[in-house]
Amino acid sequence: MEKLRERAAALLADGTVSLVIGFEEGTKRPRPFFCRTSDQASKLIFDSRCFHNLAVYVTKKELVGKEPFAVTAPIATLRSILQLYVENQLKEEQMLILTADPAGELFELRSFDEISAYVANFELKRGEREEEILHKIEGMTREERWQFWLNEMSQCFKCYACRSACPLCYCTKCVVEVNRPQWIHPWPAPLANMEWHINRAMHMVGRCTACGACGEACPVGIPIDLITRKMMEDLAPEFGYIPGLPARQGNALSSWRLDDREQFIR
Amino acid sequence: METKYISKEGLGRWFDAIVASEKRIYAPVKSRGQVDFKQVKSLSEVADEYIQTTQSIKAAVFPKAEILFSYEKVNGKVNLTDFDPNSVPETVLWKVHPCDAAGFRPLSAIFNWDSADKLHNAHLSRTTIVSYGCAIADESCFCTSVNGGPGNLNGSDLQLTMLPDGGAIAEIITARGETLASLCPDAFVADRGDDKSAHLVDLPARFSLEEVQSKLNKAFDSSVWKQQSERCLGCGACAFVCPTCACFDIQEDVHGSKGRRIRCWDACGFSLFTLHTSGHNPREHQSQRWRQRILHKFSYMPERLNVVGCTGCGRCSRACPVDMNILEHITSIAEQ
Amino acid sequence: MSERNTYLPYLMTIDKVIKEAPGVKTFRLKFQNEEEAAGFTFQAGQFGEYSAFGEGESTFCIASSPTRKGYIECTFRETGRVTGGLSSLEEGSTMGFRGPYGNTFPMEEWKGKNLLFIAGGIALPPMRCVIWNALDLRENFKDVTIIYGAKTVNDLVYKSELKEWEERPDVRMITTVDPGGETPDWKGEIGFVPTIVEKVAPSAENTIAIVCGPPIMIKFTFPVLAKLGFTDEMIYTTLENRMKCGVGKCGRCNVGKLYICKDGPVFSKEQLNLIPAEEY
Repeated sequence: MEKLRERAAALLADGTVSLVIGFEEGTKRPRPFFCRTSDQASKLIFDSRCFHNLAVYVTKKELVGKEPFAVTAPIATLRSILQLYVENQLKEEQMLILTADPAGELFELRSFDEISAYVANFELKRGEREEEILHKIEGMTREERWQFWLNEMSQCFKCYACRSACPLCYCTKCVVEVNRPQWIHPWPAPLANMEWHINRAMHMVGRCTACGACGEACPVGIPIDLITRKMMEDLAPEFGYIPGLPARQGNALSSWRLDDREQFIR
Repeated sequence: METKYISKEGLGRWFDAIVASEKRIYAPVKSRGQVDFKQVKSLSEVADEYIQTTQSIKAAVFPKAEILFSYEKVNGKVNLTDFDPNSVPETVLWKVHPCDAAGFRPLSAIFNWDSADKLHNAHLSRTTIVSYGCAIADESCFCTSVNGGPGNLNGSDLQLTMLPDGGAIAEIITARGETLASLCPDAFVADRGDDKSAHLVDLPARFSLEEVQSKLNKAFDSSVWKQQSERCLGCGACAFVCPTCACFDIQEDVHGSKGRRIRCWDACGFSLFTLHTSGHNPREHQSQRWRQRILHKFSYMPERLNVVGCTGCGRCSRACPVDMNILEHITSIAEQ
Repeated sequence: MSERNTYLPYLMTIDKVIKEAPGVKTFRLKFQNEEEAAGFTFQAGQFGEYSAFGEGESTFCIASSPTRKGYIECTFRETGRVTGGLSSLEEGSTMGFRGPYGNTFPMEEWKGKNLLFIAGGIALPPMRCVIWNALDLRENFKDVTIIYGAKTVNDLVYKSELKEWEERPDVRMITTVDPGGETPDWKGEIGFVPTIVEKVAPSAENTIAIVCGPPIMIKFTFPVLAKLGFTDEMIYTTLENRMKCGVGKCGRCNVGKLYICKDGPVFSKEQLNLIPAEEY
């Protein structure tokens, strides 16, 4: 961590970057931190408690501007950054990655390829929490699953913390805000909530990198991340995705190929 | 106001009497790892040992989505069906924290500014609030800094302060509270002279409200807003868990020739909240929206409605995905 | 509980539809309920919430003058779901109206003064209400000057009324279109509104200037007026922030400590100085 701080301070001091997006100590646990001077770099922390997906900030123009910036990126953030590259949302020359592996060794990554090579060393696996809940859900009948999710979604009040915390929800106008036609009822109600979450999941198919930020952000504790994670897991073998690596072949729901197995499109 | 003592056994009988009176009772219930207000039928369902419900009780008088009126189009004409106040059942809000009860005044001030809000008032006039004095608090709580306190009576119809014997000091504050107590009059016996403050959490004030307000009066152009809001994600979590946030949207629910106009929660933190039809957005940046949130609560509301728009419940700090801690931010403004 | 539900609209019949410009229409509305009609009054500058049942509500000023009794008019451009829904309604159809809301132009205070109206594009409607109000009580005011501009000749609204005002001997009417927006037979001015104001150079003496237009026009017109000698309390405008409730509750139009729907929409420039310019 000390090495990372020193490197960040040096990058800011010599003007290589004008901003380091990282973590600082928060009131309860680490939180995102925008480090703009080398003096502030001593506040940077980088450890296993840093769970926020910082990739959510790298597409915000009002924050990053046009100058080069660095991100102290945990593995989940890197996965999202790769997907953002694939979706043409980032410029390689503007962003520098600082990261450290579990052994504490510092890595500096400057391109899509370098990040890809680094990320390939880490397998994306279910954690204990995901395993526990998904195992329970996988054992349910279809009706039980519907009831489980309906009960969960009924808690939703549409604060859109899930959307805001997701690095891949970068649209300036979300489908729930489009009103000609009104695809989704924008008020909170059990079925209207279901409409929203199903739509969100559909938009994430083949894009979600299972970082868990949406579930983590939900103030009413809906394990919303498990929907897209499960979808990712189910789709991977069908469409040749490798969970946690970017979908270079495009997104399952918005790509059309002549060798698609389904007949309806031809 | 009258102070009485109610024993553990008396409390149970009184609660059963309220249930028998066919009033709806909402109380904090533990489920899915969270505590939130839900309809209950027995005292045993009510949660204990928790700091705060995730959501405030405001939905009881400002539902997340509510039908303002409905209509039907018939042969080019329109028939309207107005909201019926009598459709709102008599409701008891049980075990409300004083910071939530205090939220009713700012809420009503907003809804009844100049013109009466028939819907809000229909809920309010059919609601009885039984609050519990707080014996515990956490580092997000700061009611004592915003004119409140763990035993504050503002907004409550009746307040209970729990005693070690399982009984409680019962302060009957309003006529509505008296009516509720009269459902089981013999449960309430003479005050034993218990010291209320000994059974409440000690929560020293964290900042001076006057100081914050005087700083805020000159802070519109301060760089503090950008600084504080950089990590803010622009979601509505803080607004939706807040007991006093009342911003709303009006939407249309259409089914063929029939429709309903719906009022639903909205938040000034959303980027599209102020977007003009022309494409111009007066609060385009998150820093402007964060400033609006703070100034509205601590400056505009006190000036226009004579009430602070924050009760110190700390929910926004607990709910924020990125630790936008209101106490930390307000304290830092006070210290500037 | 006999209080009226603020959100329940009056039912109105569309008595007349006038096509003003591409996408712009004026509706003349009459109350369906006679009791509601009899109890309804408004003053120049106020606005309302107009319902297209099935689509929602939209905020426009009342574009007709309170001196014209028995109806109200609104003018709108089709831009979204609600205005699209309204635009598809025909004469005889039912729509909804809530209002009147907001404050008013201080017409009484302006008695004996010259009035200078400066409007751009679709912002003439709020001004039209005041113009007719003044013209219907013409003896109350001295010189009346109207400077109105739009992008193109086609975009000018209230064309027949513009002609009527032009022909009136007691009105000085100047119409202009942005450079490139003229037609071969265009006889008016060519140039942006602030430029034309500077060229016409109306006297500030004993004059009230009422300015209404897109933010960019307002921004460039204020300094021109200042140069001509208009002080802040002599300049009025009307703001149209995004609104939902219209009655100071929904929170949208809160700018600084003011609410556009309650403290406005009419503001003198002096009052505007009290709220942050970046937020309206």
